[in-house]
Amino acid sequence: MNSFRGFLRKEFLHIFRDRRTAVILFGMPLIQLLIFGFAIRNEIQDVKLGVYDKSRDAVTRAIISKFASSGYFILSREVHSEREIEEAFSSGSITEVLVFEPDFARRLQRDGRGEVQVITDGSNPNLSRIVSGYTAAVLHDYQESAVPGGGREAGVVAVPLMLFNPELKSVDLFVPGLMALILMLVSALMTSISITREKESGTMEVLLVSSLRPAQIIIGKVVPYFLLSFINVVTIIAVASLVFGVPCRGSLLLLLLESLLFIVTALSLGIFISSVTASQQVAMMIALAGLLLPTILLSGFIFPVASMPLPLRMISNIIPARWYLIIVRGIMLKGAGFSYIWKETLVLVAMSTVLMAASVKKFKIRLQ
Amino acid sequence: MGEPVIQTDKLTRRFGDFVAVDALTFAVGRGEIFGFLGANGAGKTTAIRMLTGLLTPSTGSASVAGFDLYTESEKVKRNIGYMSQRFSLYDDLTVKENIRFFAGIYGLSDTAIKEKSAKLLKKLDLQHAANARLRSLPLGWKQKLAFSVAILHEPKIVFLDEPTGGVDPVTRRRFWDMIYEASERGITVFVTTHYMDEAEYCDRISIMVDGRVAALDTPEALKRQYRAESMNEVFLHLARAKPEAG
Amino acid sequence: MRTILFILQKEFLQIFRNRGMLPIIFVLPFIQLVILSYAATFDVSQVPFHLQDRDRSVTSRRFAEKFTASGYFNLTGTSSSDLQSQSELVRRNADLVLVIPVGFERDLVTTGHAQVQLMINAEDGFSAGVVQTYASEIVTAFNRGELKRLIPGGEVTAAGEISMVPSSWYNPELKYTHYMVPGIIVILVTLIGLFLSGMNVVREREIGTIDQINVTPIKRYQFITGKLLPLWIIGIGELSVGLVIARLLFHVPMLGSYALVYLVAGIYLLVVLGMGLLISTVTETQQQAMFIAWFFMVIFTLLSGLFTSIESMPEWAQRMTMLNPVRHFVDIMRRVMLKGSGIAEIASPLLILTAFAALMLALAVNRYRKVSE
Repeated sequence: MNSFRGFLRKEFLHIFRDRRTAVILFGMPLIQLLIFGFAIRNEIQDVKLGVYDKSRDAVTRAIISKFASSGYFILSREVHSEREIEEAFSSGSITEVLVFEPDFARRLQRDGRGEVQVITDGSNPNLSRIVSGYTAAVLHDYQESAVPGGGREAGVVAVPLMLFNPELKSVDLFVPGLMALILMLVSALMTSISITREKESGTMEVLLVSSLRPAQIIIGKVVPYFLLSFINVVTIIAVASLVFGVPCRGSLLLLLLESLLFIVTALSLGIFISSVTASQQVAMMIALAGLLLPTILLSGFIFPVASMPLPLRMISNIIPARWYLIIVRGIMLKGAGFSYIWKETLVLVAMSTVLMAASVKKFKIRLQ
Repeated sequence: MGEPVIQTDKLTRRFGDFVAVDALTFAVGRGEIFGFLGANGAGKTTAIRMLTGLLTPSTGSASVAGFDLYTESEKVKRNIGYMSQRFSLYDDLTVKENIRFFAGIYGLSDTAIKEKSAKLLKKLDLQHAANARLRSLPLGWKQKLAFSVAILHEPKIVFLDEPTGGVDPVTRRRFWDMIYEASERGITVFVTTHYMDEAEYCDRISIMVDGRVAALDTPEALKRQYRAESMNEVFLHLARAKPEAG
Repeated sequence: MRTILFILQKEFLQIFRNRGMLPIIFVLPFIQLVILSYAATFDVSQVPFHLQDRDRSVTSRRFAEKFTASGYFNLTGTSSSDLQSQSELVRRNADLVLVIPVGFERDLVTTGHAQVQLMINAEDGFSAGVVQTYASEIVTAFNRGELKRLIPGGEVTAAGEISMVPSSWYNPELKYTHYMVPGIIVILVTLIGLFLSGMNVVREREIGTIDQINVTPIKRYQFITGKLLPLWIIGIGELSVGLVIARLLFHVPMLGSYALVYLVAGIYLLVVLGMGLLISTVTETQQQAMFIAWFFMVIFTLLSGLFTSIESMPEWAQRMTMLNPVRHFVDIMRRVMLKGSGIAEIASPLLILTAFAALMLALAVNRYRKVSE
């Protein structure tokens, strides 16, 4: 046990002796959270709108000014031909074009119908979809306010009740995702590097022939990073709530415990990576190049898992961040108690156990 | 001592408050085997790193191979070879590839590279291992190869920083044969070591204690001066005087 | 020039000899491209929904059927109280609960008006909006189609209806893969380029071989060029394979010219590799280098407009993205491939990239010191 304590001390020294790394470890996640928390949004403002008005009458002008005052759109330019539309899209100066047919107002009066062609830039399908949604809403608004009888239709009215995030703020959605991303990569990267480094320099052999058991070596490697990551968790949660006003509706204690569990999973993954690789380079590349995109894309961080095709939904099950995200969003936004998230918790526990067991086994084999 | 090829004047290097090399002044003559002795941390490596242009001196001046260390460092580099205690050829390249690479960046022509590689492999008796990765060779051979690569471009001076660390006495002896050979060809050898028996092989030696040159002369003269049987005794004598100095 | 060739040869030998790295450099990116390009979709389909029908009338059942038959929603159960509905939402058994109140049918028939409630899980505000849109479509369709059968004369045609005819250019089916693939190719090329170059010099420093090079008369630009060129060639190779996959597997159109894409890629890689080498020359350990590279990689990726639109960022963040090389290359790739933009239309981002490339290379050469201070 004494040798274990000495070993642990050595690990801490490694980290704190290297000031630059320590600064990076604490500083970078914080900076990232701050930047992304403020910058990453899904809601769209100031859509650059182009107008191709072939009619130029009172109604089209009224509709256009409705758009300009909606808060979503900025009247960016007028176009006078199809070619010009193409040119504007291609240079990226507009996102949407409204095309009014000739004699718009007259037709509206005479036929009771007026057609507005709404052309969006489909090369960005997300934006295209959101923007046409906004457009429909503005047109609907105009109709209600301006056209007599276009107001209250008979029939069923659906009243939406937005639960858990009534203002539809994307910060609330993204902050938990950032927590998962940052913790995952930092923890996995640090442990995998620290172990493969010992392998490369040959000091791992020394440890392996010492009186330390493989499990002790692994734990000794993990504990410092575990504490570091925990400090990161606390900082991130504090920033989330103080700076971004993300609520924590559930139990803070539960959130911390679940975060600790997730760190353990991420560290186990790091250990596992280092147990199957021989060089720092390979370990780092797997931990970074291999984990970055899957963690962003398959965790539900930005894109909802439910929308993905079945094979991808299956693959997403092996992404630890996916489960942690459900847990964090559940606790923070929905106020979920343990009884609602025990399944996800169990998955993380199982993942950690399997990864740990596999790594210990690998190290034992090296011993023989 | 012939014309000096290395000449330093109060060469000093500080790291913060710590003075690693303190006002180093000496001259090394052409063709000499100059031994640089000292305990670990005495400043040997710092001195050699300054002379090879890897580290900027804090104060003082020096000329190496007839060029000023500050203003003509690239010309200095063209005329020196270097082999460090950290074995520094590429482990993942083969013997041949290592030779080719270093010869190439010293600007040797393709025919010269081919010729020299063949000669070198033959001399080191490494033909059979020409295409083996360096990683698979024993340390002694790697060191001999590293030395040969360091003098491949016929430098005026070769700097060896503890070249024989970690090998057995027989291999060390053979390594020294190579050093003699290089010296006979007119290459000046500047070698650091902490093996006292190796000190006896040098033409002149300087003993460093705490960043200063504590003694500088031929081995015989030093032994006479300190009334010692061996260099080991000379060294212990100087090292014991250390507390007074520090 | 010859000196550079020798470094080039050595670097290639080292890269191809490193068995562990080969699959990571040459296989992993493409697996990711193939798999992950499908992941990036905001399409919402088969939303799990619960029904809380308090009215239990013929009309309410008919109304609810419209939801189940729409294809957007997937009925996963019924709940009997608001409390239960809430808890189903928390459990993620449902993302929508349709609440039909008592008296729904009666109100509709007698007054022509009735209300239902949509309880939507708005954790993900964006998806919630889409769910609401789908639901409104269904309600509107119900009003148009069913109402006249329920209430005599209930059909409503408002005078002067303005209808919207939407169309999307460049990608009429709004295929997400067309949008994502060019961007993911950029990210993968950047990942590999930045990490490999970031590790490169500092690795030689850790092993000690850098000293052996620094005592030679090699010039700094020769060293950096020799280090950069192999990775540049690998980067161009990766881009090419990515483009082939985009074409053959994802049928992403290429309306612009390949030559232009390669021209931009060539410049872009100089930015990435220059930056990697710069990181590598100023760090002491591979660990530090990788951490810094990772930091920038995450920032570049998330602020590239690849996953979330630049348009939705606040003003200052939008301005900040102008400093992000990934943003410019993603932008250019999409414009050239999907819209057929020519060099004139992409001139300004291209100029920015060129300026970055010059800056990064100058810094990398400048910061690489053969002598330590």
